[in-house]
Amino acid sequence: MLHIKDLTVEVAGKIILKDVNVNINKDEAMILFGPNGSGKSTLLKTVMGLGGFKVKKGEIIFKDKRIDTLPTEERVKLGLGIMYQHPPQIRGVKLAQIASFLSSDAEKVKLMAEHLSLQEHVNRDINLGFSGGEMKRSELFQLMLQDPDLLLLDEPESGVDLENITLMGSVLNEYLQKKGKSALVITHTGYILDYIKAKNGCVMIGGKFWCVGEPKEMFKSIRESGYEKCKVCECPQKS
Amino acid sequence: MSAKELNKNIEPGDLEGITSSGMDLSEKTRSASFMQQDNALLFSRSSLDGVDTLSIAEALETIPEAKEYYGKNFRYLNREFPQDTEGGYFIRVKKGVTVALPIQACLFLKSQGFRQKVHNLIIIEEGAKVYLITGCSASASAHEGFHLGISEFFVKKGAYLNFTMIHNWKEDISVKPMSIAVVAQGATFISNYVCLKPVKEITMYPTAVLEGEAARASFNSLVLSHPNSLQDIGSRVIFRAPNTQAEIIARSVSLGGKFISRGHLKAEANHVKAHLECRGLVLSEKGTIHAIPELETDFRDVDMSHEAAIGKISKEEIEYLCSRGFSEEQAQSIIIRGFMDVDILGLPDVLKKEIEALEDKTLHSNF
Repeated sequence: MLHIKDLTVEVAGKIILKDVNVNINKDEAMILFGPNGSGKSTLLKTVMGLGGFKVKKGEIIFKDKRIDTLPTEERVKLGLGIMYQHPPQIRGVKLAQIASFLSSDAEKVKLMAEHLSLQEHVNRDINLGFSGGEMKRSELFQLMLQDPDLLLLDEPESGVDLENITLMGSVLNEYLQKKGKSALVITHTGYILDYIKAKNGCVMIGGKFWCVGEPKEMFKSIRESGYEKCKVCECPQKS
Repeated sequence: MSAKELNKNIEPGDLEGITSSGMDLSEKTRSASFMQQDNALLFSRSSLDGVDTLSIAEALETIPEAKEYYGKNFRYLNREFPQDTEGGYFIRVKKGVTVALPIQACLFLKSQGFRQKVHNLIIIEEGAKVYLITGCSASASAHEGFHLGISEFFVKKGAYLNFTMIHNWKEDISVKPMSIAVVAQGATFISNYVCLKPVKEITMYPTAVLEGEAARASFNSLVLSHPNSLQDIGSRVIFRAPNTQAEIIARSVSLGGKFISRGHLKAEANHVKAHLECRGLVLSEKGTIHAIPELETDFRDVDMSHEAAIGKISKEEIEYLCSRGFSEEQAQSIIIRGFMDVDILGLPDVLKKEIEALEDKTLHSNF
């Protein structure tokens, strides 16, 4: 579904990603680990086509189409969807407005808002005065209505209390069980691993992939030995 | 008077400008109406007991206390006011009367080069509650027109006045509103101002004086600043009693005009709570927005604040909406529309929908 080949990305004149290769097949989820500032968010944002991320080399292929030159909204039409880690606040723009654009099925919008405890938030200015957890639920709410085939999730569980992690995790899990849905997920806490069945995990350090493996085992070893130990592994996806 | 009669003195070509300034000529959603064209009264009527809607000339002749109100607020603040006015309205809502549907008034410029000068009196007696919408507009033929509008508001004890003024001028009209509201104990004065069309020049600095304890005021404005327009618009609240509160919210979008956004909160008593917010969005390289917020107090026990923010549309916000599937143009228009949020006006549903529709129409033709 998503094939990234030899991707080198520059941000503000600085190379952030270097020769990155990623393959995510249909019905697969991949977990992305790595220390802060290693380039994980850059990878997600580059796939989404957000501004300031310059592809210097390589290509991004989604559903057999080269997308790295397409504007963001065209990538959305092809089936990409992103969950922001820090979404912006937009004054006067109601969450409900975006929801009704994403889905014309008013009943579906209403049920999803109820399910994610956002009944009151839909009538508020998007993200204005939302708590960390509310923002995450609002992001998930929008993604579920958008119904993309590849979810790009940037720390979906950060700032979310345990009760809501369970709620969000089960919504995500249910979604990824559906046919043809894939995901690329960044996590620091690993909580999300309890809900998402992911085939592969990857470690990114300094803009490069270093290791690939079974996500839960990888997370365990990162917790015990830190990221530095990942560097001694040779990542099969590197070649 | 039927809708047909209301329309009869209005030329068909002027109807659009008049309805776009907030007039419902069918009167289905209004409880009383007043309209003046240049210096001539077109109609004034009220269908309700306890609501007087008449021309200022008639009021000064037939209502003895009208003379006492005339100029009273200007004398109260030791300010001069022009004496050479011709026309204007007198609207009075009597003690304890709640008016469900808004009262409407329109001041219309018709002849070329006409200098319209009006003096309005608005008296909301004790415990009364009313929404008033005033539209100011000009005919296509009214080149180089001038409008001076003096308004004195008397919001008595426990009363509520929600006043909305819509300016619907054109490129060669100069405008100078002068208004003072005096708000008594426990009373509320809300003043909304909407100006979406081009104008040559507007200078206004309406003032509300919170004279009685626990009085409240808010000034909210939505302004679109077009190329070659000069708008110097402010709001001032003077707090003369304890436990008074006020808020000024100004939103402006510059398409290339010059816009000066003033705000002044002056505490002359203790236990005052006040906030001033001024936000401007600059969409053109040529536009100027100059925000001048002022806070002033002679007392220590006050809580006064202001925030001003001016800038272009945030790239991050556009991108966020694009990542949901909106095109860049759609995203920009949603953000501008959201920035000019009619919700800040605190209007009843009927007026809110009307103003949203007006705004949609104007924004659609500009973006």
